[in-house]
Amino acid sequence: MSQERGTDRVHQLVDHFFRRESGRLVALLSRVFGLNNFDLAEDVVQHALVRSLETWKIRGVPADPAGWLYQVARNRALDLLRQRDTAARLGPEVTAYWNDPAALGECFLEEEIEDSQLRMIFACCHPQLPPASRIALTLKTLCGFGSGEIARALLTSEAAVKKRIARAKALFRSQPISLEVPTGAGLEHRLESVHLVVYLLFNEGYNSAAASAVIRRDLCEEALRLGQLLAQHRSAASPATHALMALMLFHAARLDTRLDDNGDILLLEDQDRSRWDRGLISRAFEFHRRSTGGPAVSRYHLEAGIAAYHCLAPSFAQTDWKAILRLYDMLLELQDSPLFRLNRAIVLAQLEGPQAGLASLKALVGRPPLKEYYLLDATLGQLYLQAGDKTRARTCFLAARGKTSAPREHRLLERKLAACRPEALQGG
Amino acid sequence: MADFLFLYRGGSSEDAQLSPEQMQDYMQQWGRWIQELSASGVMTQVGDALEDEGAVVNADKVVSDGPYAESKEMVGGFSIVQAQSLAAASQIAQGCPIFTTNGLVEVRPLAGMAPQD
Repeated sequence: MSQERGTDRVHQLVDHFFRRESGRLVALLSRVFGLNNFDLAEDVVQHALVRSLETWKIRGVPADPAGWLYQVARNRALDLLRQRDTAARLGPEVTAYWNDPAALGECFLEEEIEDSQLRMIFACCHPQLPPASRIALTLKTLCGFGSGEIARALLTSEAAVKKRIARAKALFRSQPISLEVPTGAGLEHRLESVHLVVYLLFNEGYNSAAASAVIRRDLCEEALRLGQLLAQHRSAASPATHALMALMLFHAARLDTRLDDNGDILLLEDQDRSRWDRGLISRAFEFHRRSTGGPAVSRYHLEAGIAAYHCLAPSFAQTDWKAILRLYDMLLELQDSPLFRLNRAIVLAQLEGPQAGLASLKALVGRPPLKEYYLLDATLGQLYLQAGDKTRARTCFLAARGKTSAPREHRLLERKLAACRPEALQGG
Repeated sequence: MADFLFLYRGGSSEDAQLSPEQMQDYMQQWGRWIQELSASGVMTQVGDALEDEGAVVNADKVVSDGPYAESKEMVGGFSIVQAQSLAAASQIAQGCPIFTTNGLVEVRPLAGMAPQD
């Protein structure tokens, strides 16, 4: 018996299975129940996830985990519908739908799930929601993030995230919001918010904030998938949508080379450029071409341009830093973000030396929102190291180490700290 | 060697309010633990999880909704392990991931057919 059970366990869940399926199910069930019954959809999904986990943790993962999960969700939904108050709340239309096995089976089809997710992403970006709530809600409902994970992705507190989500839910309860892709004048504005959400999602994967998770390839793929959904939709496929896709694909092409064989971080200058994914880069350029169709230049156009210059450079030393600096200047004109300034300082240091980079970072040091951001301190440390000031570099790297809990980032900072020792030959 | 029943009590991921990602992480911890004990022959039967619902039948043959225990102590599953002694079995139970969700493991020797000392 133990041997049989042993082989049962060869079924492995794909990375982020629970998170991804949670997002898919919430979108699907919200469509079926109506957005005003969003909490019911969440209840069903939570129940299905917990039941699956509680069973699988002992028995191992079944051959078709998604099918298993959907079955539990369906059963839970049917149980709820048997309760009179739920049935009354949902109305006869929804109840009839759930009692029709064929209709029920159909809504679990891949195509329908994708369609539900696209509708859901626009609902999450409803104009009546404050922007911060939109992002938090999308990460929660479409991507299955927990509040703590959202807080890390958005550089804010868990309490703030919970508040934003509660606010969004209250709106869903109080207003009849249909789950549809908007049309006409409202589309562009909603799309902007959707783009930002997709981009944040990609970044969360790309920068892997989680302490113990492997690179969140799956999350980047999710962002690309949502972007692809937009790019395939006749009205959502705007120039900015294509620029965003280009940007994400340029980054995704480098994903595999950002870690060495030991799982340690490799910085851009140390990456093996021959391993960058040429297929993804050419797809990126394809979207890049399509993105030039309109008059407006979005931050995604500019950021995609920066990423394109990196992908085109035969080596770190041969990077066209001047062109990249120009793009950062344009970005800052568009939006004066401290993160853009941080990145611009790194480029400036390439062109004019570490002191120039350090000087341009002065205004950011010790102030929110980057005060608690380890990359600011790590960048300062790197620039001091390049300038030959090992003492200051060490102080900065130590500060950076205190601001991140991710082991991989700790190991990178340890390497940097070792380079700060007086006997170390040169800046690492 | 004797057989011991592990009763996994409480520690439901529902009460622990895990995010989907944490759920997956938690499940993988269980997977690794059970895999290791099974592979080394310590866990002779992986056992099973129990559904939340159930019935309780009393002496008057009255069937009521069960189980009785409070949810924080409810049995969620069981396994069988082999160990030299109750102390050794308890030692093995200490590696169970259930403690991260505030559950506990009840370790009970199976009576078997041979009288114990």
